[in-house]
Amino acid sequence: MNPRTKPAWTPWLYLAPALVVLGGLLLYPIYQLGLISFFQYTQAQVSGGEPTTFEGFGNYTELFGDPQFWQVLLATVVFAAACVVSTLAVGCALAVLLTRVRAVPRLALMLAALGAWATPAVTGSTVWLLLFDPDFGPVNRMLGLGDYSWTYGRLSAFFLVLLEVVWCSFPFVMVTVYAGIQAVPAEVLEAASLDGASQWRIWRSVLAPMLRPILVVVTIQSVIWDFKVFTQIYVMTNGGGIAGQNLVLNVYAYQKAFASSQYSLGSAIGIVMLLILLAVTLVYLRLLRRQGEEL
Amino acid sequence: MNLLLRMGVRLGVRRPWRLAAEASALLIAVVVAFPLYWMVLSAFKPAGEIESTEPRPWTLSPSLDSFRRVFEQQDFGRYFVNSLVVACSVVIVSALIAFLAATAVTRFRFRFRTTLLIMFLVAQMVPVEALTIPLFFQMRDFGLLNTLGSLVLPHIAFSLPFAIWMLRGFVKAVPEALEEAAYIDGASRARFLWQILFPLVFPGLVATSVFSFISAWNDFLFAKSFIISDTSQSTLPMALLVFYKPDEPDWGGVMAASTVMTIPVLVFFVLVQRRLVSGLGGAVKD
Repeated sequence: MNPRTKPAWTPWLYLAPALVVLGGLLLYPIYQLGLISFFQYTQAQVSGGEPTTFEGFGNYTELFGDPQFWQVLLATVVFAAACVVSTLAVGCALAVLLTRVRAVPRLALMLAALGAWATPAVTGSTVWLLLFDPDFGPVNRMLGLGDYSWTYGRLSAFFLVLLEVVWCSFPFVMVTVYAGIQAVPAEVLEAASLDGASQWRIWRSVLAPMLRPILVVVTIQSVIWDFKVFTQIYVMTNGGGIAGQNLVLNVYAYQKAFASSQYSLGSAIGIVMLLILLAVTLVYLRLLRRQGEEL
Repeated sequence: MNLLLRMGVRLGVRRPWRLAAEASALLIAVVVAFPLYWMVLSAFKPAGEIESTEPRPWTLSPSLDSFRRVFEQQDFGRYFVNSLVVACSVVIVSALIAFLAATAVTRFRFRFRTTLLIMFLVAQMVPVEALTIPLFFQMRDFGLLNTLGSLVLPHIAFSLPFAIWMLRGFVKAVPEALEEAAYIDGASRARFLWQILFPLVFPGLVATSVFSFISAWNDFLFAKSFIISDTSQSTLPMALLVFYKPDEPDWGGVMAASTVMTIPVLVFFVLVQRRLVSGLGGAVKD
């Protein structure tokens, strides 16, 4: 067979392993998730003691009737928004800073950021807990806060988790945006500064529009990551905080499913998350389309 | 005149600003690195110094007690190997599958190509944590609960979409002419794929694998949900939390375990740093 004539099925042959894996371990579980959310599914059904019964939207009515769900949903949205805004602000500011300094400070900041990026979420969470520990942590000593407990209050606990999340996710934004700025021709920036534009003005009127595609990618990526934070909340607030005050949707679903064996309620929460993130994705695709990107 | 002006701009006006920028860059680097420094420091501090109400940013008598405790009390070496096995299997399998898929979507024009690409993009957005519940039952039906396989399989699936997306740029960068030249010289399709394209795309594969390595190495939720009774199959994140009891955590043990867990990722990151940056640039631009 002459390999230059590409038979129509060749790409599908190359795609087959990926499609099998994604179909079996991504698509099928999503289908199952939807299915479970419409059934009565608790420990009794898992062990086969009772038959599974179809509930229709029963689980969803139960979920939407629960004031705690709305409270957790609100907390998740506000927390994710705060994380995204802080991460982007820190990441972009430091990316600009990187372009202003010589090699040594740049390398130092790059390496420190890579370290924070590489730190696993579990270890990052425990280290930040130790830093802010009321008895043995250096932060309370430095700030003169005595034995103030950061994880006791709702807001301060969320704030502590936010600091950790920003610490470990700003490097992705910084490195990506920095790579983008490097690709902007130096003359453009020089011309702007010769015309007397301030740093802020250069960012707002020159860099930000040119970096728009990159900024869209990092924003969407951050929204997705921060909306489904699990490890940090679970470890730092010990499973959702005192009386569940620091629950976010992901941890809430986990607690419902695996701590109280209400698998169908947990699945319903999962479907709600899935739909919210799907909406975000659609916005993203529209933005990509508008930029006329060829896939 | 012009030259003088420019020198003046450079020396007189710009210098203080640049020095201020460099000073703040260094200061920020110190702040960012501080948690990691504190982690390693606390791992080496003797027990009395960690649980002291006057924490000092140095230690005069470093000790290996915490590390010893970690490796003796817990079968930490074994968990380390378990984590390594999971992460490496995920990296190798998903890199190979992603390479084939990325080749298909960049080197061929076929029906549903764009649809597929959008599907890969959408798949990246799926909150995998939400799938823990159905995956739990699926792993139970496969008989994989309490085995490392229950961690490897889902992570392969979840790292694929991003890996394919990122590899596209690298495969695209290999010129079409090379492919034609290979065929004219009588190379078969398979030979071109594995002996020409694969080595050329390899740097991209390395950059991509950082992400699959990290997601598998860091995984906490699946390990917590699928490895329920057989602790010999535990991975590092679970083992680490044994030392962390919310009421009276063994900080020395936690920090020593954290250090052991962080170092391999750190090494990996520093090694592939350059390729990572260019890879991200490529993935974002294309």
